[in-house]
Amino acid sequence: MREKILEMLSCNSRISHEQIAVMLNMNPEDVAREIKAMEDEKIILKYSTLINWEKTKSHTVTALIDVKVTPQRGVGFDEVAERIFRYPEVRSVALMSGSYDLSVKIEGKTMKEVALFVAEKLATVEHVQSTMTHFVLKQYKQAGVVFDDKEEDRRQVITP
Amino acid sequence: MSKFNAADYVVPRLKSLPPSGIRKFFDLVANTKGVVSLGVGEPDFVTPWHIREACVHSLEKGYTMYTSNWGMPELRKGVVDYLSEKYHVNYSPENQVIITVGASEAVDLALRAVVNQGDEVIIPDPCYVSYKPCAAMAGGTVVSIPTKAENDFKLTAQQLEDAITTKSKVLVLCYPNNPTGAIMTREELLQIAAVAEKHNLLVISDEIYSELTYSGQHTSFASLPGMQDRTILINGFSKSFAMTGWRVGYAAGHPDIIGAMVKIHQYTILCTPVTAQMAALEALNNGMEQVYHMRDQYNQRRRLLVNRLNAMGLDCFEPKGAFYAFPSIKRTGLDSEEFCQHLLNEELVAVVPGEAFGESGKGHIRISYASSINQIEEALNRMERFVNKRYNNEVKLSAQA
Repeated sequence: MREKILEMLSCNSRISHEQIAVMLNMNPEDVAREIKAMEDEKIILKYSTLINWEKTKSHTVTALIDVKVTPQRGVGFDEVAERIFRYPEVRSVALMSGSYDLSVKIEGKTMKEVALFVAEKLATVEHVQSTMTHFVLKQYKQAGVVFDDKEEDRRQVITP
Repeated sequence: MSKFNAADYVVPRLKSLPPSGIRKFFDLVANTKGVVSLGVGEPDFVTPWHIREACVHSLEKGYTMYTSNWGMPELRKGVVDYLSEKYHVNYSPENQVIITVGASEAVDLALRAVVNQGDEVIIPDPCYVSYKPCAAMAGGTVVSIPTKAENDFKLTAQQLEDAITTKSKVLVLCYPNNPTGAIMTREELLQIAAVAEKHNLLVISDEIYSELTYSGQHTSFASLPGMQDRTILINGFSKSFAMTGWRVGYAAGHPDIIGAMVKIHQYTILCTPVTAQMAALEALNNGMEQVYHMRDQYNQRRRLLVNRLNAMGLDCFEPKGAFYAFPSIKRTGLDSEEFCQHLLNEELVAVVPGEAFGESGKGHIRISYASSINQIEEALNRMERFVNKRYNNEVKLSAQA
């Protein structure tokens, strides 16, 4: 049942316990208890909103940085990752398979700001061997949602 | 020389055929702006992407020709395997399955293949809009059996027994049901099967909503002991795979009957469009996961809808299949046409009057939950306001009296 509750919350974090209960055929008390438990276990970390910032006045620049790390005895990827994710400019960090090691997402106000952050902070972190910066030009889809979906309800208004 | 009058050329049988009751309401809704419609009898999901892509590929590869009258052999094989695996009923892909232009064509073919002038065709009411006209066009006499809310809109063996005459020939079943959302369990169907056997009825079982069953497993009428040869099993891709506009359905049954249906089909339709058949093949091969995902979504919406309808005082039995709820609106003091028209005018919500599906739909409305949660909630909020207004008036009136 936890997976079902999480699925519903991941689609709409504002959905009420009562509505989840109705839709999953559960008691509202049980739903509330499970959600509380999942918050305590840090399965649910936060309730957030998916926003198309492009449509607002606030413009941020996003970049994905491929980071290569030179692992050394006693210093694993986790330590290097932590040194990176402690920066507030860093939105996400993931360990990757393939030709580089850490994928770092950075948000800044301007390209220059992001570039400077990479040059001055990220690239100088100990054990970071190289960085490659890719700026995001346009977001088409995120978290399963198409941003400017042209696919509309084309059904007739009444059908048998 | 006499004057040409086009109407004189139309055969009387068609003139006496009433136009679809849903049509009138459609025009009304189509001419109103800003309507939230829960009157749609098809999935709100667009056909899954891999199916659409397979169709485009088939065109690129040049699949643009006629197929066998029976339908593409691969697709027939796929259908037979699907029916065997899901509903434990075994057919030969060679001569027991025909691919049709939607399940609707299969219904028409089946009735035309077996109904003689004056044969009685027994149809539980309310029902999908095309059974009665198709039976009438085939020359049959329609015998309606009113199903009731207190029986969860199921057909009972006793009702069927009572409807039997010496002219009874065909019984049309549709469970899960459009418009009521009723299903029938294996035990209940067995009782119907016993009556069908006793009176030697042929059964046309339209199981187009079979995948959308929310309580237990769907039982195919053809899978009941001794019923396979007696049954024309109809199903299709429209509802389960969200493929209404593709128009692909099928019928399975005794070779003699399917063979007769193929005769009509080959002279009138020739074959189901190959592009749509290619898409259907992809759906069967790789689409089941999506079917279950959509069913889960419908089920959640169903619980939400039924819960709120009952809470606002519109008594609604639990629909266990398809994607419709069929609540009674009697307590509002309106008949179902009035209810739907006022609801449309006052709150811009479209639902379908129950009598569009037959006499015994009176006093009910059909609400489709093949819409997004947001749409359903918005429609329910408006409907609640509408119903409350009626109830408050009723209370005031009775207080004055």
